[in-house]
Amino acid sequence: MTMPATDVDVIDALLGIAPGSLLDAIRARRPEARTQAQATYRALFAPDVPGNVTTQERFAVGAFVAGLHGDAAIVAFYSNGLGASGASVKLREAVDAAVASATAHGPYGHYPAGPLSRENVTGPTFRVRPEPRSALGPRLAAAFEHVHMLVFHPRDATPDALKSLLDAGWSTTDVVTLSQIVAFLSFQIRVVVGLRTLAGNV
Amino acid sequence: MTDTILVPPRHTAPVRFTRAQLEWLPWLEPLAVDEMTERHRASLVDAARLRSPYFRLLARDPDALEARTRTDKDIFYNPDAGLPRAERELAAAATSRSNGCIYCASVHSRHAATYSKREADVQRLLDDGVGADLGERWNAIVAASVALTATPIAFGPEHVDRLRRAGLDELAISDVIHAAAFFNWANRLMLSLGEPAASAEA
Repeated sequence: MTMPATDVDVIDALLGIAPGSLLDAIRARRPEARTQAQATYRALFAPDVPGNVTTQERFAVGAFVAGLHGDAAIVAFYSNGLGASGASVKLREAVDAAVASATAHGPYGHYPAGPLSRENVTGPTFRVRPEPRSALGPRLAAAFEHVHMLVFHPRDATPDALKSLLDAGWSTTDVVTLSQIVAFLSFQIRVVVGLRTLAGNV
Repeated sequence: MTDTILVPPRHTAPVRFTRAQLEWLPWLEPLAVDEMTERHRASLVDAARLRSPYFRLLARDPDALEARTRTDKDIFYNPDAGLPRAERELAAAATSRSNGCIYCASVHSRHAATYSKREADVQRLLDDGVGADLGERWNAIVAASVALTATPIAFGPEHVDRLRRAGLDELAISDVIHAAAFFNWANRLMLSLGEPAASAEA
């Protein structure tokens, strides 16, 4: 299998943007944002310097984040990327199982004690269940627990959450890459859903 | 390599949203200035960011950082029509208020106040939250930003219609979408890799 072509603009592809369409014209007015969003995708999913985070890990996280947002076209894109990265059926099923057990509604979370405490909203803290955990392995299981917090309740972040990643074998640099993947996808998914809604193509 | 969590020095954590200048203290080790390669330095885009622990931490994945920063600049600073700068900053501040990023909200509420000259309205957003009544045009921008920030995303045709009725054209609506989407990226990095601190005299 081949990886998704990295010269195709992913946001354009996910929106089915045709040359000369309304969305093509709108995106052309912010050309650097268009180019650099794609450059970020390449840096995170097809990097020139792969580092310690494997392509399979990158797409497993991508498929999980997309699954938590629940947009079918985006889920299909990152699930296909995970398949193309050589992931086993067992791993792909574990990602799907993790998504199914991880749905929530964000943003929720807590503030430092004080006047904002009345705005605290409690919600689930995600822990990977035993069965998908064995297929994911310790590195991805720790990552998914962190990713769920980043997606749904980022204001609950703590140094201890990062410690769990270091303990599972993520280096400081790996954590930066992992965080960028989740944060960038939070952007990319919203651009796609937002522009699709704007174009009335829902 | 033994990577560890940093314990921030004694500081006062802000307990409310503020337009005051805050500091940001990392939980993971930023690159030291003297260990940064040319590639690391170039990824900062602005040389002044060499002083920022946040950007020196993100520089551990330089390709992702550089593309992130160039995306950010075009969304917020491109002067070609669309949404006025003040209202791009309003969308950033509203998104940060909704996710609960006190640091990001401080920076972008300052910018929104500076460019709009509507300090009292911006302060109401910080004090009362995203339900504050800021006049219909700003209410529409805040509501769209908040709906786009929800996971799963709650942004729908009704938000586009309300923005149109408030006088925004398609490029301006696209700018709201991009500004809110971008702060779903930025908030997650700021919230999860370190914490805000009040300046010593505040």
